[in-house]
Amino acid sequence: MPSGPVARDTSLDLPPGPRRSEEVVLDVRGLVKAYDDTAVLRGIDLTVAEHEVVTLIGSSGSGKSTLLRCAGVLEPISDGQILLDGQDISDPRVDADGVRARFGVVFQAFNLFPHMTVLDNITLAPRVVHGVPAKEARQRAEALLDRVGLADKADAYPDRLSGGQQQRAAIARAIAVEPRVLLLDEITSALDPELVGEVLALVRELAGGGATILMATHEMGFAKQVADHVVFLDQGVVCEEGPPARVLGEPTQPRTQEFLRRVIDAGRL
Amino acid sequence: MTLEQPTPLELSRRSLRARRSRRSTLTALASTLVFATVLYLAVTSAPGWPRTQATFLNPQVAWESLPKILEGLWLNIRVLAVAAVATLVLALVVALLRTLRGPVFLPLRLLATGFVDLFRGIPLIVLLYLIGFGVPALRFTDERINPVYLGTVALVLTYAAYVSEVFRAGIDSVHPSQRLGARSLGLSYGQSMKLVVLPQAVRRVTPPLLNDFVAMQKDVGLISLLGPLDAVRAAQIASQSTFNFTPYVVAALLFVLLSVPTARLADWASARATRREQSGAAL
Repeated sequence: MPSGPVARDTSLDLPPGPRRSEEVVLDVRGLVKAYDDTAVLRGIDLTVAEHEVVTLIGSSGSGKSTLLRCAGVLEPISDGQILLDGQDISDPRVDADGVRARFGVVFQAFNLFPHMTVLDNITLAPRVVHGVPAKEARQRAEALLDRVGLADKADAYPDRLSGGQQQRAAIARAIAVEPRVLLLDEITSALDPELVGEVLALVRELAGGGATILMATHEMGFAKQVADHVVFLDQGVVCEEGPPARVLGEPTQPRTQEFLRRVIDAGRL
Repeated sequence: MTLEQPTPLELSRRSLRARRSRRSTLTALASTLVFATVLYLAVTSAPGWPRTQATFLNPQVAWESLPKILEGLWLNIRVLAVAAVATLVLALVVALLRTLRGPVFLPLRLLATGFVDLFRGIPLIVLLYLIGFGVPALRFTDERINPVYLGTVALVLTYAAYVSEVFRAGIDSVHPSQRLGARSLGLSYGQSMKLVVLPQAVRRVTPPLLNDFVAMQKDVGLISLLGPLDAVRAAQIASQSTFNFTPYVVAALLFVLLSVPTARLADWASARATRREQSGAAL
């Protein structure tokens, strides 16, 4: 297992094909998710390898958020299989709370706990779920806050922070449990344009530090620079996937081309 | 422009605001005085006023009945303390049972729903009689069961039914994303409830909870129906021995005095929570 930051594959003209043969952390096989009779995901296959950044793109309603929630065991699935480090976490017999503790999830709307200070938000799971002593949890949280640039906000309540600060605090909360995989669900979509940069910079730093990330995003420029692999979801299926330069630069599927054209028209690429 | 040196425009706005607020205060004061005077004159000019005053507002009777009523009030306060704690615990349990999801918990949910339907529907007076006289009739023990205990039980059952609905409303008002956030960190259902949902729910329902607490403070007086010597019963005895209703007025004033601190506490608690967690709530 490599230690420390991993060299990223930066070659932009990588052909589609087998990706770097690292250990697969998250393995989604034939995932189907239906609400009542409406199928949102219709057979998704996807892998995320260790230290890899995989971005999910696609228009609203394409199933990105649902896929992330199913992967994080926050929604029951309708069919298929999800494996984390080879363990079938879609098996109803597994301890779902224990599995969730191995994921770090960051939501579009932050979902910070408004009745706790930023520091308490971050130390909650380490203390309650992972049994870290309060003092140690506090020290680690302070170090994390320093890392995300919120050292002076430890005792502030979330509603007093700007959107970008709240999202950085939420990221700190998610990584405080040292998750195996980070699931980021359109974490910049609720932010003012000038606050997007500070959050993306933090994700870039996490990726550079070797974090394993599966993220849904509308920031195509960011996906192009930071992702190892881009997956374009359309109507609940994987329409096209591959290295960012190829999927975003020379898409082969008409639906991908059409989606990217709309994104470019909206000034997002 | 600096904050220390406002522009003439801002200064003129400030003086306008000051003048307006002075005028509003004076208007409010004047209208209150006029209203109070009219009310006073209307009541005192009523044909039966001298008789009413002698029967309901006799200072001597009030003074003489005060010690007994105060003694009785002490019983009310003790019952209230026990009943309030018991109500909170029972209500929380019932509310949590009602929020459980999944077919496994159906019997518990039905039980909790039945509890609320039943005890919210029975008038407190009727329940006091049913428990106060019905339970002793079962003769579980040869000794006499203290009616204070039975009255407290009736009070707790009725109020727990109400308060559990207040708790449930509070739990439902916490946005599902909070639960999602807690579960995503690996917290169990119980941990999410205890550490994330309930603290927010309780904070939100503190004003209605304290409202129910005030209601309970005075309904504690109803246990006098079963015979214990509480404030209401003491007032009744004093009233019957003097042929004067003043003791009831004394008891009423004491109950009001008892509730005022609770009301102020409620205001203070909710204001503090708002100040601490929210900014920009000026409007």
